[in-house]
Amino acid sequence: MSAGGIAPSVDTARDAARITRRARRRRRSRFMTAITATATALALVPLVSIVAYLLARGGRALTPTFFTHAPAAAGQAGGGIANAIAGTLLLAAMASALGVPLGIGAGLYLAERRGTRRAATVRYLADVLAGVPSVVFGIAAWQLLVRPVGHFSALAGGLALGALAIPLVARATEAVLHLTPSSLTDAALALGFPRWRTALTVVLRGALPGVATAALIAVARVAGETAPLLFTAFGNQYWSLRPDQPIAALPLQVFSYAMSPDDGWRRQAYGGAVVLVALVALLTLAGRVARRRA
Amino acid sequence: MTATARRGDRVYRLATGACAASIPMLLAFIAWVLATAAWPAFARFGAGFLTTGTWDPVRDAYAVGPALLGTLVTAGLALAVAAPLAVAVAVYSAELAPRVLRTPLAFLIDLLAGIPSVVYGLWGIGVVVPALRDDVGPFLRGTLHLGGLPLFAGPSFGPSVLAGAAVLATMILPFVAAVTREVLLAVPRAQREAAFALGATRWETVIDVVLPYARGGVIGAVMLGLGRALGETIAVALVIGGQHAFASSLLAPGYTLASLAANEFAEASDELHVAALMAAAATLFALTLVVNAVARWLVGRVARRGEAT
Repeated sequence: MSAGGIAPSVDTARDAARITRRARRRRRSRFMTAITATATALALVPLVSIVAYLLARGGRALTPTFFTHAPAAAGQAGGGIANAIAGTLLLAAMASALGVPLGIGAGLYLAERRGTRRAATVRYLADVLAGVPSVVFGIAAWQLLVRPVGHFSALAGGLALGALAIPLVARATEAVLHLTPSSLTDAALALGFPRWRTALTVVLRGALPGVATAALIAVARVAGETAPLLFTAFGNQYWSLRPDQPIAALPLQVFSYAMSPDDGWRRQAYGGAVVLVALVALLTLAGRVARRRA
Repeated sequence: MTATARRGDRVYRLATGACAASIPMLLAFIAWVLATAAWPAFARFGAGFLTTGTWDPVRDAYAVGPALLGTLVTAGLALAVAAPLAVAVAVYSAELAPRVLRTPLAFLIDLLAGIPSVVYGLWGIGVVVPALRDDVGPFLRGTLHLGGLPLFAGPSFGPSVLAGAAVLATMILPFVAAVTREVLLAVPRAQREAAFALGATRWETVIDVVLPYARGGVIGAVMLGLGRALGETIAVALVIGGQHAFASSLLAPGYTLASLAANEFAEASDELHVAALMAAAATLFALTLVVNAVARWLVGRVARRGEAT
């Protein structure tokens, strides 16, 4: 900085300009933060709206009978969704039987051959498959498993859901296995463990809580699907756990009650929806906790 | 290595390979099943199946033009509304929000993204449809005098293409935000630190460094949202009204390919009707396959770049 004369005032002016410019840039940063914060608040409005609406409409439906009884006849009071809960559990079990072992196997494959071209292709196709609309799985299952036998069945529903779960379980398993330190694998192999024992007793064992959570979340997510079940499990007003017969399911029940003109049934639709959202919240929380532990 | 160990390894390799192979096989299998089942309809109606609008089971005439258009319009509208908001939400929750807020926000977004579509549909019937019928429709026509436009002409009964688009926008927003957030988190820290070191503000870091770096992934996330919106079935079926006709008004009921399949399946009795619904499903499958294939490729590119740096 030169001494005396006009120069300092020039510098001050320049400094002032720089300071206002910086202040403007800071202001802009704060302003845009506020804009994105507003967008976030706006995005959360539906969550509040959904929860408030469901509780207001369906809260009263949540009686003990609701969880322990099958539906009452149309127009009659009482009845519940116990058969739908049981049906959803059975469908989820069938979906797990198909989707979890195949998904975990594929996840092991993907994690072990990371970097190979074949694994990259499978990974890519798994993601594409995960993006196929669930209704398409249902329609394909109908063509394959319902149409030839001439009637809807729980088995067809379970298989459709299981197929939906395969890519989800595979990618989640791979992500969890990726966190296992490779030093563990190396140590096991160096001790002379064959690859399969290393994979099953060292890698998978260590990652088991994570893999189990991932599988649970994937199965829960497909169990909340309605579209594939419309064409396969179809729904049932009565108690049935037979795999070769149509079966009730929670999302299906909510869907059909939502369309019904009966007030009592509509209230039960809201009650069922409360149960579904509560399950989702629980599992999302479990997933977060499991991920933090890993 | 002993012979048993080697045999064990071979079995293990075969088993995991078979599991992995189930994924491409499933994809090919679905394509084959749909293509063969849909073939009678495509063979009979040709390209007109996708472009014309008659759906008349009595006269054996089927075409999904309106449903295809409805699919594109609802998904496009939903995306136009949801995508900018979703990116803003992702930017806030991953980059700009105070640190203590980030994890709870991510949880709430995941929660919204995980709510089953039938619940969104139920909420759509009870909240969105009445709001559109009683408030938004009259507002568009009365206050804004847009009733003269074909887009907003006609009475609003409630269930409408606009209601479908609104519910879809609500559903894909958290999904796109969640994927975009993952993409942003995959951007290496060094990129941000370099920008901060040069004196960039938080927002400048986001807009000049993080987002350009993640651009492909963000576009991919938005396209994944598009894929979701195109294929969403139950929520749309509950609020769109179900009508086979080309209607210019967004306030009129309509159809999408997925909701058409869901609604009509129970009534389809003869072979051609079923084949037509199969053809609708095959069209949807092809549409989402292309969108997802491009989207995943874009998302994957960012992830790979993130690993390389």
